[in-house]
Amino acid sequence: MTLDAALLRDLTPQVLGVLVRRGADFATAEDAVQDALVEAVRRWPDGAPDDPKGWLVTVAWRKLLDARRAASSRVLREVKVALEPGPGPTEQADDTLLLLSRCCHPALSPSSAVALTLRAVGGLTTAQIARAFLVPEATMAQRISRAKRSLTGARLDEPGDVRAVLHVLYLIFTEGFTGEVDLAAEAIRLTRQLVAAVPQDAEAAGLLALMLLHHARRAARFDAAALVPLDRQDRSRWDAGMIAEGVALLQAALARDARGPFQVQAAIAALHDDAATADETDWSQILEWYDDLVRLDPRNPAVALNRAVAVGHVDGPLAGLRIVESLDAGLPRRTAAAAWLHERAGDREEAARLYKLAADEAASSPERTHLLKQAARLAR
Amino acid sequence: MPKFLLLKHYRGVPEKHPNCEAPMEQWTPEEITAHIGFMDRMIEDLKDAGQFVDAQALSPQGTFVRYGGEGKPPVTDGPFAETKDLIAGWMAIDVDSAEAAYEKAAYLSSAPGPGGLPLHEWIEVRPFLEGTPEEV
Repeated sequence: MTLDAALLRDLTPQVLGVLVRRGADFATAEDAVQDALVEAVRRWPDGAPDDPKGWLVTVAWRKLLDARRAASSRVLREVKVALEPGPGPTEQADDTLLLLSRCCHPALSPSSAVALTLRAVGGLTTAQIARAFLVPEATMAQRISRAKRSLTGARLDEPGDVRAVLHVLYLIFTEGFTGEVDLAAEAIRLTRQLVAAVPQDAEAAGLLALMLLHHARRAARFDAAALVPLDRQDRSRWDAGMIAEGVALLQAALARDARGPFQVQAAIAALHDDAATADETDWSQILEWYDDLVRLDPRNPAVALNRAVAVGHVDGPLAGLRIVESLDAGLPRRTAAAAWLHERAGDREEAARLYKLAADEAASSPERTHLLKQAARLAR
Repeated sequence: MPKFLLLKHYRGVPEKHPNCEAPMEQWTPEEITAHIGFMDRMIEDLKDAGQFVDAQALSPQGTFVRYGGEGKPPVTDGPFAETKDLIAGWMAIDVDSAEAAYEKAAYLSSAPGPGGLPLHEWIEVRPFLEGTPEEV
């Protein structure tokens, strides 16, 4: 067996979690784990030892103590590695949660939390994260080291807020795929780890379901650099296995009777995924879920906008337009929704004008291209 | 996380603040040094904060170029001394929000000019189009 990069990547956050739980400073612990990985690459040419995690914990802990000794005084501290208990499965789950909640600490800015999570829990290199976000590597290195510094000093042995972790994982997921690193897939991987750590948390399962139910459509979402809207996607290209997994997760989560926004969004995604053709979409049920979502998240204008589109399907485009027009004019995608509703109402000219306007307001190139094509289609 | 281009223009901006009316060749050498030094420090600060993407200054000399047809050389026009809009340079930054980008632009605009006073120069802020739309 040769050195297994995937194994090392899985073990890295686990080892880091053990060190942090033992009370090590986050930044120092991360350095020690990196040193231990270097050691592993050197010492495992013919395969990993029987207990690779235990091996890495021991070596990383030793590195950490070495660093501490070198940094502080000439007085050698007692080394008590041998007395440390070996980690059991429960502890491993706790460590994952501990580590994630530190990386997603509310004191960090969203971009710092995202970067640190990908580095410390995702095990991606700084260079990979930099390329994923299209910034210079030095910028990303600086962002990560600042984030680590701002966690220094705090005692990190209490698991933090799962909600904050969910929010950061969701942000990573929505970044999608920028070329080299598949951040959506990475977010799914991390959310799986979180769900394993907090199996009783319905919203964590809801988020994982939401991710899978969206990710399943990815192959059909783009066509020659333009976004393909849901009603025009080739549904045979959707990943049926991923949808089945998402639906099963969602059903189990809903059965816990602790409803939250991620579960409701997942339910809406599931209804879309369930329709064999766009025309068979159960918009009445989708609208009911949007009503739920508005109740759970009443001040989210993006939710209100999506609900207006559902109203357009159920009660007709003019009913949808009345709601859209009541929403803030600067709301992202409001113009695009209005364009679509005007087209449904039969006003091609106004729809074309609004599609062009929406194209100028779009936040991404594929979206802009799609909206320009809509305007062009109606202008013919 | 969103990226923004902070554009500095030589020309082609809304009505200028009084501090910003004198062209640079009418400043003192010390004033020019102070202005450039301010921008260099800002770039260093952006790097330290993990928000730096790129910073470039452009020569005012530019030429329009277009395809001349099969087997023909490129068609050129210019350089023009008096184009309507003239870009002097830019900083590209990666921050958490448009508001954060506006704050950086306002700071850039406070760079010292004649008499060491803040220039109040107009900075154009342009969002980068993301490569991919949001997954959800």
